[in-house]
Amino acid sequence: MDITPYTDKIIAEYIWIGGSGIDLRSKSRTISKPVKHPSELPKWNYDGSSTGQAPGEDSEVIIYPQAIFKDPFRGGNNILVICDAYTPAGEPIPTNKRHRAAEIFSNPKVVAEVPWYGIEQEYTLLQTNVKWPLGWPVGGYPGPQGPYYCGAGADKSFGRDISDAHYKACLYAGINISGTNGEVMPGQWEFQVGPSVGIEAGDHIWCARYILERITEQAGVVLSLDPKPIEGDWNGAGCHTNYSTKTMREDGGFEVIKKAILNLSLRHKEHISAYGEGNERRLTGKHETASIDTFSWGVANRGCSIRVGRDTEKQGKGYLEDRRPASNMDPYIVTSLLAESTLLWEPTLEAEALAAQKLALKV
Amino acid sequence: MSLLNDLINIDLSDTTEKIIAEYIWIGGSGLDLRSKARTLAGPVTDPQKLPKWNYDGSSTGQAPGDDSEVIIYPQAIFKDPFRRGENILVMCDAYTPAGEPIPTNKRFNASKIFSQPDVVAEEPWYGIEQEYTLLQKDVRWPLGWPVGGFPGPQGPYYCGVGADKALGRDIVDSHYKACLYAGINISGINGEVMPGQWEFQVGPAVGISAGDELWVARYVLERITEIAGVILSLDPKPIQGDWNGAGAHTNYSTKSMRENGGIDVIKKAIENLGLRHKQHIAAYGEGNERRLTGHHETADINTFSWGVANRGASIRVGRDTEKAGKGYFEDRRPASNMDPYIVTSMIAETTILWKP
Repeated sequence: MDITPYTDKIIAEYIWIGGSGIDLRSKSRTISKPVKHPSELPKWNYDGSSTGQAPGEDSEVIIYPQAIFKDPFRGGNNILVICDAYTPAGEPIPTNKRHRAAEIFSNPKVVAEVPWYGIEQEYTLLQTNVKWPLGWPVGGYPGPQGPYYCGAGADKSFGRDISDAHYKACLYAGINISGTNGEVMPGQWEFQVGPSVGIEAGDHIWCARYILERITEQAGVVLSLDPKPIEGDWNGAGCHTNYSTKTMREDGGFEVIKKAILNLSLRHKEHISAYGEGNERRLTGKHETASIDTFSWGVANRGCSIRVGRDTEKQGKGYLEDRRPASNMDPYIVTSLLAESTLLWEPTLEAEALAAQKLALKV
Repeated sequence: MSLLNDLINIDLSDTTEKIIAEYIWIGGSGLDLRSKARTLAGPVTDPQKLPKWNYDGSSTGQAPGDDSEVIIYPQAIFKDPFRRGENILVMCDAYTPAGEPIPTNKRFNASKIFSQPDVVAEEPWYGIEQEYTLLQKDVRWPLGWPVGGFPGPQGPYYCGVGADKALGRDIVDSHYKACLYAGINISGINGEVMPGQWEFQVGPAVGISAGDELWVARYVLERITEIAGVILSLDPKPIQGDWNGAGAHTNYSTKSMRENGGIDVIKKAIENLGLRHKQHIAAYGEGNERRLTGHHETADINTFSWGVANRGASIRVGRDTEKAGKGYFEDRRPASNMDPYIVTSMIAETTILWKP
């Protein structure tokens, strides 16, 4: 129902991340009139003892509005509000990863480089109750992978209307969704968000995830962001993160990209530990992944940690794709860590030289 | 499920200039269709203005994992009947990063043939009759057939109506309108001789456009059967025994055939085709030998024949054409799983460019 003819009031759905770091929560409140900027919205609070984020006797967690999107479910002037969580004293609570990311993205060195992100969110749809992938026979398996990637047809594509509804809903909401495709494992899909600058990438992905979870709720299907939902000869689910800075995008940028890759190779363990729980089940070296213990890079090579596109190689500038993050990664962490490792962190000269040799990277 | 429909039906033009382009290409088997979507800043009508894109060829049997990018070039634009608004379907063909057509790209060669001045001058028209069979999901048995058994023998089903004779009409009817909406030159539909089998026709289309339009029509059909929960089969002989196969009869004419005295040009063209029967048959679809038996309104695969109004011949010339002394002819040999880029360009090549 469109209530705009009857009242100026709008409904704002405040969204935050719960205690597991991946569960999304939301509740709504009435605001007296339409707003354009998050700063016009009041701070709010929720019961942190019900989300594992505060003790019962001191349960209020304060949420600060950070980004506004149009609400595709309510329409009109109603909005979705992405928030992050603080103690009443104003300290970010431990699960608030946005706060630190925002600090990194405010660093003048990072601001100057205008970091762009394109995030490829893969996800699996599961039948409710049995928690077995959508379209799979219960108690059995579909035919092996091959026909499903970008496929069409009742025996190859399961759940397209969820993917398609999500695409339009996100465009409506103002999320920078750049594409979708059916994935290699049947019942698995992907959407991409970007290019987004800095902290926006995280806000847009979290809001897109929220919209997806609302849509699957309506469809009676379960959304899984597990990085390896089915063991065996079935692809996992990742969140490949494409990244570039101003100097990477300018002439001669390929050299800057190689230097960035070198830095990343020296911080492989730090990145991996921040790239999502359970990633070791996914990064095996098979199924278009690189092994979790090895850092590698290559042009057009989908079996590497970092892939550089042929276009980038040809033009001598462009971007890199970090293929390591799992589907359940926190985009605030991954995007800011990429910026930190490539723009703010410097290895020792010996470490750099050694790594350059190992990776055959002349920088 | 009304929320899903509401979201799928959102008219984005109220909130944004952005449009969604679904890029379509042919996969490694030469018959599997693949697609993925991307956002564009605003409406586009000229395929040359669309960006080239790439996909993971290692997932479609078209490239190795360590060098997996295959580049797709937009070739034809159609309106998207599923997303509507300004959203589009884009038919593409596939190249290596170096710019070479990959082996499964049959459009490239066809395009070269259709650009030959002699061919351009003759303005080749094509009308393609795509037959297909609908199968129940999971059991892969034709739609409407009792599982574990057979329906009554062929007879009542061709162009029939009734719950016991026409199985799957809503798929066919929605496909018809969806194709017209998309801008595909779909000229008709009919229920076929075998129950659960249908046909649609695309044409007359000129040159390379015939292939583009047929492939997109196949894509739209596969998307519709996906929604209907039914499987699309382009197998030329889905059920052995006294059941018709599925073909893709290709009607063809050139400028001279359509003008006075055209019947002689037609006869000369048929003669050329007769001399290249083996080459054409080899390119007319996998498994065609199960279909072209000489029974069920086909000519035997090893024999080349032609006749007026004869459905048991390789080539059929209509009575109208014979009477008017000009017109077109029908090549009845291609199987339902043929590649229209190959068939259309080969017919043009054999009848216009090739000299015996």
